[in-house]
Amino acid sequence: MKAIIGLLCGIVFGVGLAMSGMTDTAVVLGFLDVSGQWNPDLAFVMGGAVLVTLIAFRFILRMKRPLLNPRFSLPASSVIDGRLLSGAAIFGIGWGVYGYCPGPALAALTYMDNKTAMFVVAMLIGMALANKAAPG
Amino acid sequence: MFAYTTPLIGGLLIGATAVALLYFLGRIAGIAGIVWGAISAQPDNAWRWLFIVGLICGPVLYHLLAGVPNPPDSPLPWWQAVAGGLLVGFGVKLGSGCTSGHGVCGLGRLSPRSLAATLTFMATGIATVYVIRHLLPGYLP
Repeated sequence: MKAIIGLLCGIVFGVGLAMSGMTDTAVVLGFLDVSGQWNPDLAFVMGGAVLVTLIAFRFILRMKRPLLNPRFSLPASSVIDGRLLSGAAIFGIGWGVYGYCPGPALAALTYMDNKTAMFVVAMLIGMALANKAAPG
Repeated sequence: MFAYTTPLIGGLLIGATAVALLYFLGRIAGIAGIVWGAISAQPDNAWRWLFIVGLICGPVLYHLLAGVPNPPDSPLPWWQAVAGGLLVGFGVKLGSGCTSGHGVCGLGRLSPRSLAATLTFMATGIATVYVIRHLLPGYLP
């Protein structure tokens, strides 16, 4: 059952990414290019997604436990530290360099562009390097 | 029709996925976290791998059913894909999240940590595109 939920959620997430234009690097880079020909699409993607989570999470997190697991697995840390900010800063630079964040990069594998596959492999190597450099 | 209908519906679908994952599994729909969990062989992992399979299949379904052509391949050189991928992977692991984990889910939980991360990666993303497109000579669009 959990596996089926995982699969269905992945499919809908993938549909959402393709529909929103995030699997097109030109759309993403156009959004980040605020002083050029700004493409506001991503503001609506983020806005729509956050609107839903903002409303629904309040109700879900009042439940004692999720439907299929004994407890919620939420991030434990609440500290804003150098690790968080430098990680986010480096991620943002990489996002601006090519136009993919992790979800759209994986979803775009389906378009069979070799460069997307290179991006994903490099991303996995980057994750492993960060895990080696600063475990936890 | 309102010009931003498709991005908005796409965003609503992404939000709905995050809600379903939290409701059924108690999990945050952060792609960086799901991918890392999958490759680092966490227990109870089947849902993560199937989520990734679904994520890759989803766009096929959309383009087929909606009759929308695939987006064009990126005009950027391969080494830019590799550099971007390395930075994205390193950054999301160090910063414990990406656009979905910090952006969509973290903001939904009203997490100050996720707000700080989201503002930071938005700012450096915008700055990076500015440097590449407007300050460096010989930019290929």
